[in-house]
Amino acid sequence: MDCAIRIQGLVKSYGDVLAVAGLDLEVRRGECFGLLGPNGAGKTTTIEILEGLLPPTAGTVEVLGLRWDRQPDELRARIGVALQETKLFDRLTVEETLRLFRTFYVGRATLSVETLLDEMQLGEKRATWVMKLSGGQRQRLAVALGLIGDPEVLFLDEPTTGLDPQSRRALWDTIAALRARGKTVVLTTHYMDEAERLCDRVAIVDHGKGIALGTPAELIDRSGGQHLVEVSTDPALPPEAFAGLAGLRSVRAQGDGFTLSIDGPHVALPALFARLAERGVRATRLVSRTATLDDVFLSLTGRTLRED
Amino acid sequence: MTGGPLWALSGARIKQFLREPGALFWTFGFPLLITVALGTAFRNQGPAKSQIAVVAGPGSAPAASALAGDPGIGLAILDPESAGRRLVTGEVVLIVLAPASPGLPFVYRYDPSRPDALAVRRLVDERLQRQAGRRDPLPTRDETAVAKGARYVDWLVPGLLGMQLLNGAMWGAAFNIVNARQRKLLKRLAATPMRRSDYLLSFRVSGLVFVPIQVVVLFAFARLTFGVTIHGSAVAALALALLGSWSFAGLGLLCASRAQNSETANGLINLITLPMMVLSGVFFSSSRFPAVVQPAIRLLPMSAFNEALRHVVNDGASIFAQGYPIAVLVGWALVTSVVAVRIFRWT
Repeated sequence: MDCAIRIQGLVKSYGDVLAVAGLDLEVRRGECFGLLGPNGAGKTTTIEILEGLLPPTAGTVEVLGLRWDRQPDELRARIGVALQETKLFDRLTVEETLRLFRTFYVGRATLSVETLLDEMQLGEKRATWVMKLSGGQRQRLAVALGLIGDPEVLFLDEPTTGLDPQSRRALWDTIAALRARGKTVVLTTHYMDEAERLCDRVAIVDHGKGIALGTPAELIDRSGGQHLVEVSTDPALPPEAFAGLAGLRSVRAQGDGFTLSIDGPHVALPALFARLAERGVRATRLVSRTATLDDVFLSLTGRTLRED
Repeated sequence: MTGGPLWALSGARIKQFLREPGALFWTFGFPLLITVALGTAFRNQGPAKSQIAVVAGPGSAPAASALAGDPGIGLAILDPESAGRRLVTGEVVLIVLAPASPGLPFVYRYDPSRPDALAVRRLVDERLQRQAGRRDPLPTRDETAVAKGARYVDWLVPGLLGMQLLNGAMWGAAFNIVNARQRKLLKRLAATPMRRSDYLLSFRVSGLVFVPIQVVVLFAFARLTFGVTIHGSAVAALALALLGSWSFAGLGLLCASRAQNSETANGLINLITLPMMVLSGVFFSSSRFPAVVQPAIRLLPMSAFNEALRHVVNDGASIFAQGYPIAVLVGWALVTSVVAVRIFRWT
């Protein structure tokens, strides 16, 4: 069986508020799967249901073919978890924290503390109290604790939120290395670059529903092409001004100009310059770039990921 | 050493405690400071003097000289207004108004609801009557004996141990658990295969280490500074301390079972500890409360603990004679622990 997680018709409500409003997903073994969406989309609720920390209101969840209401103990031993911004024991050292958590996996194969200190580059900090770690070090410790039971599935909730760029990159390398070792990783993020960089497949969630599912490349392709041109002109033009442009897929108003989705810059850009000259307008801004998952989210919802 | 998770959790708890100077002070240092402060403030200074006022006037001088000779009386000669004011504020217990001419009555003015007023009135009256010539028909002789363990500080120290253990259970364990919940540490632990009972039990195991230290430190200190001795069995006192801390831990766990943040926990803890500090006879005897409420007060775990421990420490009684308070402590321990574990929230 190559299915690590199966979610069917998942619903979670808090009183009148629907945090998850009917979600269906399958995560394959050995893939890195991303739940991408703005804050409040229901990502954390979903992942905490998968981790067995919240009971679902309706729907079924299977992790490694097991269910939380039937085999909770076995499941807990076979998954690893890093919550969003967990605070650990302030006055234990890194090494003591790892050794403590290791004792929880009674009778299970665990990774050695030395291996984890080494792998998470925490060797120098082994004798440092948790309260004195930097954000990046603390997050690496959280991932190390998730890995200590040698889990089959690792859940990471917003692993790089609040980290500086360097720590983010270091953690990305760690996660990429885990995937390369064949671990199933499920992560939530509201950073599109993180999802693109790390995830084999991505589910975009908004208001508790999955609105798109696929590899990052598929999603970008499906949303209208990989190449985008952002153009603003003086004087401003109506959207019809771009009609019939060679290689044009779609036009979307954005800010004081437009975002054009095109087939290839080599065809569309010369045609665009010709059209601007023909209209007698000057381009005040012109950017040609490749599309991102943020553009996918924008084209699906009309909002950007980071605004919420 | 890689023991089981319960030992690892307990060890971690002890380490964290020892690394927190504030917790160390409140647990071990603070009760010693209170012992010194209250033991000094309320030390026995010979028989206490009752303050009275004689209003200055024509007949006041002989009365004042008769009263000044009594060791139990502190005397001031005052004008009527300031004497009246001091009676209202409680600085004097009684005012003596000597008659302007012989044959008229002496007037004693006092508030009979004050506990010592009637005794002082009798003392003053006897002095004045004797000076006027009264003779006692019966010969009498006084023999005084100070009972063992009868000083205030002797009585105070067992109550301080109760307070210390209750605070330990509340601020040490309960507050810590709520804090861990607020910081999502409980949630993180709940996501591991850790047996949840191990986490809760680790607080008890670390208590088994700290409670004996608390008992020894407090009683050793009280002995060195004030000569407070344990008249009963020290082992019995220790056993009671462990039982008491178990009972208080149940209350602490109950406080901690649901509270989502430290503000709520703070309120709950005060709600439970402050009434017991007042009612259960930590600093003053609970016998001062009306007889109607005494059965209810005796049902409080802190009252039960103080009662049993004082019997053992001050009166030298046997622990086996403390059936009722021990039953109260065991009852609280069982009920609170069972309820707390049932309603405990990990997330």
